[in-house]
Amino acid sequence: MKGVHLKQVTKSFGNVQAIKDLNLSIKPGEFFTFLGPSGCGKTTTLRMIAGFYYPTTGHIYFDEQNVTTLQPNKRNIGMVFQNYALFPHMTVDENIAFGLKVRKMPKKEIETKVNRIREIVHLGEYGHRKINELSGGQQQRVALARALVIEPDILLLDEPLSNLDAKLREETRFEIKRIQSELGVTTIYVTHDQTEAMAMSDRIMVMENGEVKQIGTPQEIYNRPVNRFVSNFIGESNTIEAKIETVSADDITVQTKDGMRLRGKKQNVSPLAQLDREQTIYVSVRPELIQYGPGENEMVGTISFVEFTGLSAHYLVKMQNFTLKVMILNDGSPLKKVGEQIMLNIPSENLYFLGE
Amino acid sequence: MNNPFESKWSRLTQSPYFIYLLISPLFLILFAYVVYPFYQTFLQSFNGEDTLLNYKKFFSLASPANLEALWNSVYISVFSVITCAIVGVTMAFLLERYEFPGRRLLSVLVLVPMALPPLVGVLSFTFLYGESGIIPRGIQALFHLDKVPFALKGIWGVIVVHTFTMYTYFYLTASAAIKGFDPSLEEAATSLGAGRIRVWLKIILPMLTPSMVAASLLVFMVSMASYTAPLMFGVDRTMTMQIYLARTNGNLEMAATQSTILSIVSITFLILMRWYQNRRNYQNLSKGISVHRSEVSSKPLKMLAVIGSFIGTLVLILPILVLVLISFSVDGSWTVQVLPPKYTFDHYIALFTDERTWRPIWNSIQMSFVATIGNILFGVAAAYAMVRLQFKGKTLLDILIMVPWALPGTVVAVNIIAAFSTENIFAFNQVLIGTFWILPLAYFIRHMPLVFRSTSASLMQLDQSIEEAARSLGATWWYTFRRVVLPLTFTGVLAGTLLAFVQSIGEFVASILIYSTSTIPLSVAIFQKLYAFDFGTACAYGVLQIVLILIVLVISEKLSKGSAGTAL
Repeated sequence: MKGVHLKQVTKSFGNVQAIKDLNLSIKPGEFFTFLGPSGCGKTTTLRMIAGFYYPTTGHIYFDEQNVTTLQPNKRNIGMVFQNYALFPHMTVDENIAFGLKVRKMPKKEIETKVNRIREIVHLGEYGHRKINELSGGQQQRVALARALVIEPDILLLDEPLSNLDAKLREETRFEIKRIQSELGVTTIYVTHDQTEAMAMSDRIMVMENGEVKQIGTPQEIYNRPVNRFVSNFIGESNTIEAKIETVSADDITVQTKDGMRLRGKKQNVSPLAQLDREQTIYVSVRPELIQYGPGENEMVGTISFVEFTGLSAHYLVKMQNFTLKVMILNDGSPLKKVGEQIMLNIPSENLYFLGE
Repeated sequence: MNNPFESKWSRLTQSPYFIYLLISPLFLILFAYVVYPFYQTFLQSFNGEDTLLNYKKFFSLASPANLEALWNSVYISVFSVITCAIVGVTMAFLLERYEFPGRRLLSVLVLVPMALPPLVGVLSFTFLYGESGIIPRGIQALFHLDKVPFALKGIWGVIVVHTFTMYTYFYLTASAAIKGFDPSLEEAATSLGAGRIRVWLKIILPMLTPSMVAASLLVFMVSMASYTAPLMFGVDRTMTMQIYLARTNGNLEMAATQSTILSIVSITFLILMRWYQNRRNYQNLSKGISVHRSEVSSKPLKMLAVIGSFIGTLVLILPILVLVLISFSVDGSWTVQVLPPKYTFDHYIALFTDERTWRPIWNSIQMSFVATIGNILFGVAAAYAMVRLQFKGKTLLDILIMVPWALPGTVVAVNIIAAFSTENIFAFNQVLIGTFWILPLAYFIRHMPLVFRSTSASLMQLDQSIEEAARSLGATWWYTFRRVVLPLTFTGVLAGTLLAFVQSIGEFVASILIYSTSTIPLSVAIFQKLYAFDFGTACAYGVLQIVLILIVLVISEKLSKGSAGTAL
């Protein structure tokens, strides 16, 4: 179990700067996720930590050890690849034992360790199977076992669930989390799926275009995103452009383009936002935080789309200058219809203000 | 990390230029054995009182032998492309799209020409259809004619042999294209109201064009390089024959000039081919659907199909049958009869027991073995560098490796003569001409691309993350290479190796120009036996070569099937 520290790391491929000045500290034993759309630099960062790329500038430390240009085979890491990268010419056991053999461990010890880890990942009787005789989920668990059996200081997971079908994905998600917390290994997880990231991580780093946008716990990132990108990338969100009208000790009042006034709490302002008068600001509201009927920040709009998922009803409600996504939990009341007028209200503590 | 040596070493390995240190041996070998010999020939072609004298002679209208040779070579090649295309594409369509009696046998035999080494193939054709060949003589005897009704000779003989040996290039590409052809495209066109002819003209032919162009370029190149067929049919006025004659007459400067001109044509075609293949590539978007064969149902058509496939089978199998037959004939006994009159088993016994007949076989095995070891080392290293490493000059490496394959064997031989008939540093300050080493070197150069290509193909299929997985588990690069990369690409390496080995055993074109009398190779021995009227021994040698090639084909087939089952 080691901590990972990146100090002013940049990475360029030719003229393209893939990573711009990255600073990051991951605590020992933490489950840390790199989250972002494809091409944001999350895999590049992971591969620098693994040692498959070396940073163009900057340094990488495992605890106090500088590993910036250490070869990957000397880092004692375990890595699970997106396509598993199992050795097709070996059996399950041979795959798992590979890293132990490289470490010249005695045969007996290898056997014990392989058997134990095979139990942990629930592959008890599959030791002598060929890789191509396993299902996708089983292959995934072999890859995990192979990475874990060497007792790595750091476990790296590169979109390990993206090749599984939806149901297996959820199952394996729990499995990985269970094994990780059982063994307590520092884990770095790369994904573009925000649900996965939210469900599994201790902390999440959101990246875009090679830059870090926000680092925080899932709750921080969901409830207090720093900008519009994070707010829209994590979960569903409505973002309404507005101008600041008044700022008091507790409250902020803004006016949208069609003249609607919205009032929110001053504690719900992103640290990056400026609160000058007439300043443009973005109001972010999660669809599930909007309510039916009269109340604070009330407004009337026309329903333009209805979708019922069982758990909830989703509406698109057209206002004069913007459209709101609204999600109402299903309580058995009848659905509204397209074209109907509807009154909505947003409690003032449910508004969040973003600067950019 | 505090060890000063280690830090120096790691500073070296982390330098962005370290990669060039790693690949420099590859470029050195290519420079020494491809570029340098070529350059020597080039220099030699400018020797004489006037630097351009040789080129003036070549293009002089006063003695047009050379220009005529160039024209003949082009003429033969163009016709070969046309006839090969017609035969190859027709065969591909018949065998892939229709079901008729005899189809299965024919679809196996259709590849027979590939099992014939160049010299042996031409040999059996002259025995079969030449002026004193079995078929013309047989017809003459049957109908009591005054002279033979037809005989393969001259330029048309060359073209017929080319058609027989090279149509497989068209057949293979066309049948691959037809197999990969998504029938739903045809169905889509039909559903949109296109008639049968329109579907053919607008859908099927355009889809086939890329593979047809590639095959045409290939056949053209191989025809330009063809040497054995003109030699056996006595067509002196082709480029390769002119080079051979100039060389045997001792006019090395003229041979160099002719070689340079022929090389320019070949390399132009190589570059054209590469460019074309990169430019157009239709890939089918859907997978897993194969075309259904339509059954030939009407009675007369069925009869026609039966007769057709019978004749086809006969034409394909006769060259081998005739070789086997003559290999049992008593040397010197067959003169004016239709078939050899006396038979014996002696030639086969002599192959392995008589020191004089065994010698060339053993020579060829030794020389091919040495060359193939070289091919493996170079091919695997070059393939790994090409597929896995990032460096500038990749295209150059690729082209330099493909050049020896594109160059006619005759030209390779002339280049080797130009470079290695004097002492030079790349031959460790030895004169190689006249020694054992000259032919292994020639085989190494000519078959350089074979291991390279098969290995890089299987490396490309091997996901890079598998290597990374091994590295992340603590394995060094070398351990990963031995325990993961090699086992997984083994079939590719082996397929290329076997191919390089049998090609070296059968190599004739370069051998005839540079062999040394102390180590005569098998193919040259066949040629000599032929001229001593020892037809029986010559054919026994030929049958041996064919058996070798068949063994290799069977093994490769098994390998490619087996690997498809285990690899991911």
